[in-house]
Amino acid sequence: MKELTYHRATDAAEAVALVAADSDARFLGGGTNLVDHLKLGVARPGTLVDVSRLPLDAVEELPDGGLRIGAAVRNSDLAAHPVVRRGFPAVARALLAGASGQIRHQATTAGNLLQRTRCVYFQDVTTPCNKREPGSGCSALGGYGRYNAVLGASEACVATHPSDLAVALTALDAVAVVLGPDGERRIPLTELHRLPGHHPERDTVLDHGDLVTAVELPGSAVAPASTYAKARDRASYAFALVSVAAAVDLDGDVVRDVRLAWGGVAHRPWRAYVAEEALRGAVLTEETAREAAAAELAAATTTDQTAYKVAMVRNLTAHTLLRLAGGAR
Amino acid sequence: MSADIVTQLVPDVVDARAMGRHLDRQDGVEKVTGAATYAVEHPVEGEVLHAWLVTSTTARGRVLRVDASDALDHPGVLRVLDHESAPRLADTEDRELTVLQDDRIAFRGQIVALVVATSSEAAREGALLVRVHQDEEPAEVVFDEHSATYAPEEVNAGAETDTEVGDPDAAFASAPVVIDATYVTPHEFNSPMEPHAATATWDGALLTLHDSTQAVHAVRTTLAPVLGLAPEQVRVLAPYVGGGFGSKGLPHAPEVAVALAALALPGRPVRLAVTRQQMFALTGYRTATRSRVRLGAEPDGTLLVVRHDASSQTSRIKEFAEQSATAARMMYAAPHRATTHRVAALDVPVPSWMRAPGEMPGMHAQEVALDELAVAAGIDPIDLRERNEPEVDPESGRPFNGRRLVECLRVGADRFGWSGRPAEARARAEGDWWVGTGVASATYPMLFSPGNTARIRSLGEGRYGVDVGAVDLGTGARTVLVQIAADALQVAPDCIDLAIGDTDLPFATVAGGSSGTSSWGSAIAAAAQQFRHDHGSSPDPGLHTTAASGAYADTEGHAMHSFGAVFAEARVHRWTGEVRVSRLHGVYSVGRVINPMTARSQLLGALTMGLSAALHEEGWRDPRTGHVVTQDLATYHVAAHADVRDLQAEWLEEEDHLATPMGSRGIGEIGIVGTSAAIANATFHATGVRVRSLPLTADHFLDA
Ligand SMILES: Cc1cc2nc3c(=O)[nH]c(=O)nc-3n(C[C@H](O)[C@H](O)[C@H](O)COP(=O)(O)OP(=O)(O)OC[C@H]3O[C@@H](n4cnc5c(N)ncnc54)[C@H](O)[C@@H]3O)c2cc1C
Ligand code: SF4
Repeated sequence: MKELTYHRATDAAEAVALVAADSDARFLGGGTNLVDHLKLGVARPGTLVDVSRLPLDAVEELPDGGLRIGAAVRNSDLAAHPVVRRGFPAVARALLAGASGQIRHQATTAGNLLQRTRCVYFQDVTTPCNKREPGSGCSALGGYGRYNAVLGASEACVATHPSDLAVALTALDAVAVVLGPDGERRIPLTELHRLPGHHPERDTVLDHGDLVTAVELPGSAVAPASTYAKARDRASYAFALVSVAAAVDLDGDVVRDVRLAWGGVAHRPWRAYVAEEALRGAVLTEETAREAAAAELAAATTTDQTAYKVAMVRNLTAHTLLRLAGGAR
Repeated sequence: MSADIVTQLVPDVVDARAMGRHLDRQDGVEKVTGAATYAVEHPVEGEVLHAWLVTSTTARGRVLRVDASDALDHPGVLRVLDHESAPRLADTEDRELTVLQDDRIAFRGQIVALVVATSSEAAREGALLVRVHQDEEPAEVVFDEHSATYAPEEVNAGAETDTEVGDPDAAFASAPVVIDATYVTPHEFNSPMEPHAATATWDGALLTLHDSTQAVHAVRTTLAPVLGLAPEQVRVLAPYVGGGFGSKGLPHAPEVAVALAALALPGRPVRLAVTRQQMFALTGYRTATRSRVRLGAEPDGTLLVVRHDASSQTSRIKEFAEQSATAARMMYAAPHRATTHRVAALDVPVPSWMRAPGEMPGMHAQEVALDELAVAAGIDPIDLRERNEPEVDPESGRPFNGRRLVECLRVGADRFGWSGRPAEARARAEGDWWVGTGVASATYPMLFSPGNTARIRSLGEGRYGVDVGAVDLGTGARTVLVQIAADALQVAPDCIDLAIGDTDLPFATVAGGSSGTSSWGSAIAAAAQQFRHDHGSSPDPGLHTTAASGAYADTEGHAMHSFGAVFAEARVHRWTGEVRVSRLHGVYSVGRVINPMTARSQLLGALTMGLSAALHEEGWRDPRTGHVVTQDLATYHVAAHADVRDLQAEWLEEEDHLATPMGSRGIGEIGIVGTSAAIANATFHATGVRVRSLPLTADHFLDA
């Protein structure tokens, strides 16, 4: 079998130094994605640096009403946290809409954001895949397409990002706190994940050795009135066909402020700025909601297999906003 | 005891005392405590080796060269077998079982090499290091309406390929109401929890195979000639099996592979577990089907003509013809009827049995078509079925053994709350959901496998050993056979020591075709009767009798079938099109139910599998590569707990002594038949959108 060095890091700086110095090393969170990839042959690292036991497992309230979520906080703990449930319901709901109870107990916040696509070809080493093996080609073009992207895809890759949590965090203007060899930096969630372009092998803007240490959620008027809705192929334990994270602040019927992000449509969680802009100041009705979504989707490209996503995300967006307006979450 | 004299007799009716009552699962404690050992867990003597399969990445072509040098350099790897180095097989007629004998590649995922190592990790890594140079030829892997098909000589279960009665064409020309539609079902995969797996040991004289199979004797009789061994040189054991759903009814290529490894390394036990991904190519599947169903009827729904033209795919190396249209031959009365089966031979893996082969996809098509007729004729779907109830079997002209379909429909309608159902589709909404109900009939033939043999041994103090080479693949066979033996010997169930799952035991046929309990139970009844005849009611310890059951069922005089009715309530989300089945109720006429608990589990399990087929399951075969890309349980969706809501199964009280001495008929498969049709019909009733293909995914209902 392939020899593998397992190292349990004792502090964040050590973890960064270890991985940065070794191109064959990877951070290990809960392992629910990475260990699968080891078994499938998708990832073949020489060293695993376990960061799941670093002291990054706290959820702290910030002075502005926001939250700082440690990278090692388990998905189930985060979903159950009273402040998250009350102040950022979209986050709790997104987590609970994902995976299974067993996986959520094991999975970490950072690992969830950095999980890789579920594209069936990416996970099958007998097929070409630009993300797994740059330059080998994209099997999903002309292949199985039901889960493929409709926004922001490239000739090189049409995969979607699978995380539910990332969609909620993107809608709520979260920021990833990253420790690299050159120190700490803060990356808005909207900029953390990339579009594929010519380099689908790069899911995010992080460099090798960059450790996510926390995610910060700013306090905001809209976050407590946020929610997450997900359409999927079975009632539980399935990735999103499409999903919607939404938050809305209404003045009567008029939209004072709104946040909207989509999952299942692109290589990254898709912040729907165009739709938000169309809605701000508008009276919220089924029609204005649909029109706003349609404006965002004007740039969509679809195939026979993905055409449904356009209608589905438009409908789900309208449905979710109207439910928020109606007081239901 | 192998020299036992085997008496053959047709047993008398067995009085029910233990049968019909609850009895705890005899192996429940072992299973929930983990003490039950499965195929690669059995303790074996000697240093165990591990095998890993290397499979082809082209759908058609040749193996040019297998380069095993890196694999052999890997620590722990002992041997790499390929088509040149593997031991020769004696019989290569069955090309599915012809493993590593020549350079032909007949489908993607075919076994092209086998790595044997001292640990499973080393074997797996070794398999990654084997380089298989393949020459690729153009392949045909797509089954659709354009596929070239042919008429097989017969279809699965030995049924006729085509039938025609009356003048269907003329009848259609004059029928006042005509339905003509094509229904499509996808590739479906059995995916039992325990993968196909085996431990094989060759000691120079005897091959011992701890296998995960539904039929120990069939594995022996199939594999022995392939391997060039006498049947007595092969012993197959399967004490516990983690599910099969038909996929373990016959041996597949992995069993040959592990036997080859054992033959190549005598004296060392070799374990092989097929990976979940490999199961999608190597262990059988339900082929996709296309069914064109045409119904011609009077304005009141009375059927004048029924036509079912079914097609499916098979592999170029071995024919399997799904008998989708056979149910149309006996289900409803119609003076003019025709059925045909066609298959397309492609460069794909060999399809095989999956729970209710034939009936499942065929009745899906039939029963959705009937719903379309009910709508077209403006008749309640239950009334429509009742109106077309035949007096005798339309196929054979024989009387039925007690066809209680209408009762199932009526009882079910009552329990389900059918009356008051809006006749119009899209008539009921609750919150964000359209709500509708649907019904379908179910049927399954009563099958009996001849040749089963059982042995009764007196253990003294009123206890008896009962030996039969049956297999419990999780169904509860071990429990119901104890009940049958107890009643046949007229003792309490706890006086029975049952031994199953071993070819050293008397011959038994497959746990398949819902025939296991009927066939093995009849043998036990015969052996018990002969034992009492030979040794009386207070036998000395050590006395024993072996007997086989002659054909008991009156198949010449009667058409033997089971029936049922399935009711579904479906909710379709107004905004996303997602479908939930909020209620699913089945009512069955299946003869005597021997154990209500295990029977309910079978029926609920099959209803769940039908629900899963209705809503989720689809093996998506890549048209370019020929392999199923949804090849794990994260992408090949089966119903999750949250999909299974109010699920109920009940049965009519009955005993069918035309069928078996126990009065039972078999229940393993009927629960999956018609279930997807009831759900499809309910989604139509909810939304007004008729979907003629499975699965019923959300995108179909988006514009509803
Ligand atoms: C069957 C199945 C169904 C699922 N369904 C869903 C679903 O519906 N929705 C959903 O959102 N998810 C789903 N998941 C995915 C699951 O949420 C992820 O596997 C999980 O969140 C990953 O977290 P982890 O801590 O286990 O990550 P790991 O597997 O440990 O790591 C994932 C990646 O992140 C990197 N990493 C980990 N920690 C850090 C860090 N601190 N800094 C930098 N890099 C890091 C690792 O190197 C690795 O590349 C499903 C998974 C499975 C197996
Ligand atoms: S879509 Fe992306 S991940 Fe999927 S095969 Fe193409 S390149 Fe690979």
